[in-house]
Amino acid sequence: MKSLLHLGSILLLLLTWIIGSHVIGARLLPEPSAVALALVDEARSGALMFNLSATLLRVFAAFAIAMVLGTVIGLLMGRNAIFDWLADPWLIVLLNLPALVIIVLAYIWAGLTDTAAIAAVALNKLPVTIVTIREGARALDPTLDEMATVYRMNSAARLLYVILPQLAPYLVATARAGLSLVWKIVLIVEMLGRPNGVGFEIGAAFQLFDVTRILAYALAFTVVMLAIEALLVQPLERHVSRWRLRPA
Amino acid sequence: MSPAGASGRLELHIKQKSYRAVAGGGRLHVLGELSIALDKGQVAALVGPSGCGKTTLLRIVTGLDHDFEGTVSLPVNCKLGVVFQEPRLLPWRTVEENIRLIAPQASAQSLETLFATLGLAEHRQHYPGALSLGQARRVALARAFAVEPDFLILDEPFVSLDAALADRLRGELSELVFRRPVTTLIVTHNIEEAIGLADRVFLLSSSPAHVLADVPIEHPRKPRSADEIAVMANKIRGFADSAH
Repeated sequence: MKSLLHLGSILLLLLTWIIGSHVIGARLLPEPSAVALALVDEARSGALMFNLSATLLRVFAAFAIAMVLGTVIGLLMGRNAIFDWLADPWLIVLLNLPALVIIVLAYIWAGLTDTAAIAAVALNKLPVTIVTIREGARALDPTLDEMATVYRMNSAARLLYVILPQLAPYLVATARAGLSLVWKIVLIVEMLGRPNGVGFEIGAAFQLFDVTRILAYALAFTVVMLAIEALLVQPLERHVSRWRLRPA
Repeated sequence: MSPAGASGRLELHIKQKSYRAVAGGGRLHVLGELSIALDKGQVAALVGPSGCGKTTLLRIVTGLDHDFEGTVSLPVNCKLGVVFQEPRLLPWRTVEENIRLIAPQASAQSLETLFATLGLAEHRQHYPGALSLGQARRVALARAFAVEPDFLILDEPFVSLDAALADRLRGELSELVFRRPVTTLIVTHNIEEAIGLADRVFLLSSSPAHVLADVPIEHPRKPRSADEIAVMANKIRGFADSAH
């Protein structure tokens, strides 16, 4: 039933696309078949794999940095009032700094390098992770904390078995929102200052007004990210919530 | 001075304990001056009206609350086994994992015996969410015993259970304490429960709490008739009434 509905929904999307293409013209919106052909061409030449892997590497590097740093800082801010007051103004500045400003400054200060690109993306994701994890740290159950104290659990065991499981829903939420935010910003970073990657290809296609290639790369990358969601994020989510009682 | 090697002796002297009141800026006086000393292996019950500060007293003894005037002396490195009012199990770990995480040194044999005594054998692989409150309380009891504590503390462990189940759990607790004697402090507002489990009953006044009476129970944890318990209970209630 669920997969049938999904299939119907995808078919409806394709149909809308085809009708749209006929209404506004193939130059502005090429048909799905033309996009598929362009995709096959890019795959044959090897360009598709090369650009996809370059982008994916940047996505994962920036994502990993933002998640690890964001979890540590968020946990500290949620648990320690003094640190929270100290770091809060920085957090608010970072939260409200436009992505474009961070990217441009990173390129100016660190040059047109992968380090600058990845740092800029991680800095965009970081404050959102901190805010989410801080909420989670504030919601930690004090009664379990007391239990861990009277039974003298060491700090590693406490983190692993008492704190992180309570943060799991917050971690999954920020990971999921973060992955989609990070890959979108990676494309912009690539378009502005990298010689390869999906963002660079889309930038080049934009200069040539090549809508078919823009759609081909966008589609390919969306499929990759959907696969990551289905094969990585969802199983992980099921694993961390295995102990919850399922609603009947 | 307590002699060397008297591990398991508890001495508690409190001058007073107060909380900052939420409104008005005054201080809420919870505990008055009180002293309690327990010898190794003694089982004591703290009995008092609800809201008199019993749980606060336990938080001081377990080291969760340091903001009070007075002293608590527990032997250094003394292992605590604590049964809170709520079971406080890790919901994302099975019953057995909950116990093994806290008591990694417990042997398979001793866990086996513990699970059997408390009727938990078939729940070892269950998550706490699948247990009833009575079962979860038993897991908390098993956890406290699995660490082989020098000092066992129980905060109203059988409250809000039905009478038959509470009776069974009291029996199981007596059996565990009998098998492996351990200095124990039980908080309850049920005088009959205190008489059934303890060899000393400390009767506390209403807040700010102080000790009204320290009543020794002769031949503790022996089966007694309801009449005998009623006589002892009336005697203890008498101390509370004469204080007013």
